[in-house]
Amino acid sequence: MESRTKLATLTKQASKSAIEKKTFLQKIKTALRKDWQLYALIAGPLIYIFIFRYIPIVGNIIAFRRFSPGGSILGDEWVGFHFFRMFINDASFWNAFKNTFIIGVLTLLFTFPMPIILALLLNEIKALRFKKLVQTISYLPHFLSVVVLVGMIMELTAANGPINQWVEWVTGERILFMQEAGWFRTIFVTSRVWQTTGWGTILYLAALTNIDPTLYEAAKVDGANRWYQTVHVTLPGIMPTIITLLILNVGGVMAVGFEQILLMYNPLTFATADVISTYVFRVGMQANNFSYATAIGLFESIIGITFITSANLIARKLTDRSLW
Amino acid sequence: MKESTGYKVFKCFNMMIMFLLMVVTMYPFLVVIAQSFSSEAYIVAGDVSIIPRGFNFLTYQAVMGDRMFWINYRNTVVYTVLGTIFSMMITMMIAYVLSKKRLLGRNALLFYVVFTMFVQGGLIPNFVLVSRLNMLNTMWAVVIPGALSIMNVLIMKTFFENIPVELEEAASIDGLSQIGVLLRIILPLSKPIMATMVLFYAVGYWNSWFSAFLYLDQRELFPVTIYLRNLLAGVTGSQNVMAEQSIDNDFRISANIRAVTIILTMLPILTLYPFVQKYFVKGVMLGSVK
Repeated sequence: MESRTKLATLTKQASKSAIEKKTFLQKIKTALRKDWQLYALIAGPLIYIFIFRYIPIVGNIIAFRRFSPGGSILGDEWVGFHFFRMFINDASFWNAFKNTFIIGVLTLLFTFPMPIILALLLNEIKALRFKKLVQTISYLPHFLSVVVLVGMIMELTAANGPINQWVEWVTGERILFMQEAGWFRTIFVTSRVWQTTGWGTILYLAALTNIDPTLYEAAKVDGANRWYQTVHVTLPGIMPTIITLLILNVGGVMAVGFEQILLMYNPLTFATADVISTYVFRVGMQANNFSYATAIGLFESIIGITFITSANLIARKLTDRSLW
Repeated sequence: MKESTGYKVFKCFNMMIMFLLMVVTMYPFLVVIAQSFSSEAYIVAGDVSIIPRGFNFLTYQAVMGDRMFWINYRNTVVYTVLGTIFSMMITMMIAYVLSKKRLLGRNALLFYVVFTMFVQGGLIPNFVLVSRLNMLNTMWAVVIPGALSIMNVLIMKTFFENIPVELEEAASIDGLSQIGVLLRIILPLSKPIMATMVLFYAVGYWNSWFSAFLYLDQRELFPVTIYLRNLLAGVTGSQNVMAEQSIDNDFRISANIRAVTIILTMLPILTLYPFVQKYFVKGVMLGSVK
């Protein structure tokens, strides 16, 4: 008796899934008939993405296979973790690893708080025209090419440049800033702050305008002065934005400004300036060790993905705000 | 309304900070401008900061008299125009299709596209691909491989999704095809977002140098950013161990030349910037909407 009912339900389920299958096929048919133009529209871009985005991802396989310039794009023979063992024993790699971390953390430490402070200060300016002027000027560096930025750095720090005119006036000597490893990080981080602070205020300013004005009224009634209003109304109001951007920034801490460093550094400053991505560039493009460079690059992107996922996880645990 | 003395003092300080900020932001621009108009002798002597000394236009004439400078400048214009058109086309096509919420397989398509925002191939596999496609030393290497910004796709998709469906339904009842709806209804309604996207892409192409550095080695193909980069590399770069002793010589040769090239490279952006600033700000805000 029992088994018979079981059988009955089983057949019922089977026929039901057959119907579902049929309707699924029909669904595809009707979708194709109705929306073929949409599918046709996206077909080209999908192929583009496959070629220029997915093939390079698969191309990372040459980290595990020996690649020769005339051979297959996916390498010629398996070598396992040979290239990974190679960079683990490579002092230059560890120097680059250390520098990536230091430069990343320093950049985060200085570039992250600055836009918040500037946004809060801008928020206190009631003369709208003046505020607009400050904004327009402070956004400007964001639009410069990194080549132009490095050009400016070189003009400013040159042996006869304006900064050295001050240095000479104070100390009587000139500093060859770009040639000294000890100065590289300072120059790099300062230029990042110069280029990113103004533009970074945009999202905070938007968040500031969304704060409910009645909150300020209530705080005033309670006798809070401007400082207390800032601490108890303004800051909590922009906290979600701060956290979201902090996650993004902490997640990207190892993604240092590769292009800028490549333009700025030189053998004299490798000790402090060489980062993983510039090392990958030299190993791959200048020494032509494609497989070795790919192995290092793959390691770097795995670190990157780990960082962003952990930052997101920690934020979700601590503040119940996260990116996903 | 009464303000406390403390707040008044703060407001004074705040004004001072704002002025300081503007000075610090403008200072590098002023230095480069001053050097571009100064004569070499004053720069070498270390007498030029933000006021030109030995005012002249000779350096501008020298740079603008270089044929290669104009070839590279024209290349930048060509790459920017072609690249922006190509980027806009694919961005628009993907964003429009993905904005159709009822489309079968939309989620799979969305995943396929967004996945590549988080996982990327890296430098060497990209180079291998471009070289195997025989794109090295062609303008296509600069224009095509990096043409798509997934972020821009998502921004545009959000914008399309907010256009009332009724408009499209009415149009399709009137006999417009889906592509017709895109061209006749959606695009005319999306002018602000289109302007923003065009500017994002165009500035990106104008400023880019690395793909050209990676994929091109014929001077006739270089964009102007590489022209400038090569001037700068006279001071830094691999031959630099020797430059330590001869830094003053190097500087004498090219400080004002470099300044002029810097200015001419950023000139279009500087002149357009005040008029299009608001579009950029709008784009950032749209991008922040999840």
